[in-house]
Amino acid sequence: MESRIQKEARPDSMLVNMGPSHPAMHGTFRIMLELDGEKILNAEAEIGYLHRGFEKTCENKTYFNLLPYTDRLNYVSPQINNLGYAMTMEKMLGVRVPERAQKIRVLMSELSRVSDHLTCLAAMAMENGAFTVFLYMMKAREFLWDVIEFTSGSRMTTSYIRIGGVRADLHDGWRESVKTAVRETRGVLKDVHGLLDKNQIFLNRTRGVGAISREDALSYGWTGPCLRSTGVLYDVRKAHPYLIYDRLDFDIPLGDHGDNYDRYTVRMLEMEQSLRLIEQVAALIPDAEPLDRTAGIEPAEAVRRGRMRRPPGRILLSPNLEGSEKERYPEILTADAPVAVPPKEDTYTTMEGLISHFLFFMDGYGIRPPKGDVYFSVEGGNGEVGFYIVSDGTDRPYRLHLRAPCFHIVSALEQLIKGRLLADVIPTFGSMNMIGGELDR
Amino acid sequence: MGPETLIEEIRTRLGDAVEGVSDSFGDQVLIVRPVSLRGLMASLRGAPFDYAVLLDLTCVDFTAGEGRFEIVYHLYSLSRDVRLRIKASVRAENPVVDSLVGLWKNADWLEREVFDMFGIAFLGHPDLRRILMYDGFEGHPLRKSYPWRKEQPRLPLKD
Repeated sequence: MESRIQKEARPDSMLVNMGPSHPAMHGTFRIMLELDGEKILNAEAEIGYLHRGFEKTCENKTYFNLLPYTDRLNYVSPQINNLGYAMTMEKMLGVRVPERAQKIRVLMSELSRVSDHLTCLAAMAMENGAFTVFLYMMKAREFLWDVIEFTSGSRMTTSYIRIGGVRADLHDGWRESVKTAVRETRGVLKDVHGLLDKNQIFLNRTRGVGAISREDALSYGWTGPCLRSTGVLYDVRKAHPYLIYDRLDFDIPLGDHGDNYDRYTVRMLEMEQSLRLIEQVAALIPDAEPLDRTAGIEPAEAVRRGRMRRPPGRILLSPNLEGSEKERYPEILTADAPVAVPPKEDTYTTMEGLISHFLFFMDGYGIRPPKGDVYFSVEGGNGEVGFYIVSDGTDRPYRLHLRAPCFHIVSALEQLIKGRLLADVIPTFGSMNMIGGELDR
Repeated sequence: MGPETLIEEIRTRLGDAVEGVSDSFGDQVLIVRPVSLRGLMASLRGAPFDYAVLLDLTCVDFTAGEGRFEIVYHLYSLSRDVRLRIKASVRAENPVVDSLVGLWKNADWLEREVFDMFGIAFLGHPDLRRILMYDGFEGHPLRKSYPWRKEQPRLPLKD
């Protein structure tokens, strides 16, 4: 079948494909361009190359089991997706999350937000020829991901934020690693400001390019840094505060022209605000009681002894479960049953613990929210990440829909590049922060 | 104006279009007649309601039980900081609903997605075709009648 652009094309113009496999397309994304020389007469974006049926899959998974799929939406800031999903479920279940878990969630969201912005700007700068910026920003991102990795065990798809709290407490020595990450990122941001802010090549390719008006940005449903670059003050953290954001002190940087340069500046300034938030919230999290992780009974031994009567003393857990010891549970996960996985120590050693474990994981049991539908959103890396969940009272969602921020942003791409030059596609597309995972779902 | 008074205001001004209101886990929901959907949305977009942003548009397939689709809109008013959910029922056979493309620009892609996933036609949409799935895909994957993990035939290579 002929595409729209093929039907509308002038006989003397040239049709060019950018993507789906193109180094500047951040994954798989196809732009068909009708060119007159280097001028773009018409453009058509084609998406769906990374469609993997996220919503359909979720309808066939239990509420607990579908959490890892949400990691893979915006895979640069997976914890914010986890958070969006978990908080939507908590709104439905009416669950209260412990204070410490809320603070850890803020810490993790802000670390993710910084790494999201870093990735976006790194790729955008590299595509405009500033390879140094790319390397510097990737270096800073490693320090941020160190904090995430030490705590959750993985760098990207962490599934760390769970319904009812977080999977584990922060790792020992987290304060030091947060401090290092903040310090290193600040240094990189300073360097990048120096490298790009007055760089004539960068300015020529971004200033006045890809500009969008406030009205259009709102009409396209833009949110996040892209909307704020046009001067509209809308941030979910301020408009509908969740977690403890209303108790923290941070500013929302705004742009003015809505062009690529403003999108770059807003992201740069937002990272500084996020670093501020990280420091504030780190100061609010008290040190946890130290645990002796060496003394205790091995799980296999505990199971054997538990056949007769409850074994005395602590049960040692696998190092993979570090941070989710029973002692930590009241601080990090809600006590409302059955929302969180029961502590492993109980599962290993007591009949009641084993029963509650089965009641959590068995088909048809587990998390069963009341009937109804709910919408909840959090501020993600590139805008409002919203979940719309319809529950029919069973353990699986009847319908789960993700409001993907970049779906709305990318839908304006055709308008932004029409009439411009071919080379303008690269910075414009780069500053939008298209993430295939959430765009195509 | 708080959310409740806002709903009351909408009911007084646009009462003919409104079938009912409800509250779902604290979210304000407006159930509207599909025939008057476009007119109602146009009024909500302008003053005094000022729902300038179409946050989201999706659909729920209740075919299994109730023989209908439900189109779900989420609007957002920046000046008041309130969200509003709007639902309209569509029959399951040859479902058709009015397009909102003239009102919001993102309705273009959002409606294409609903068309792609649920097979709902949007009257007045300028370019209604699949967006996430490819040309030649059979069926609409998010309908409840479409089996999970169903396999599709391979398409011949294009020239």
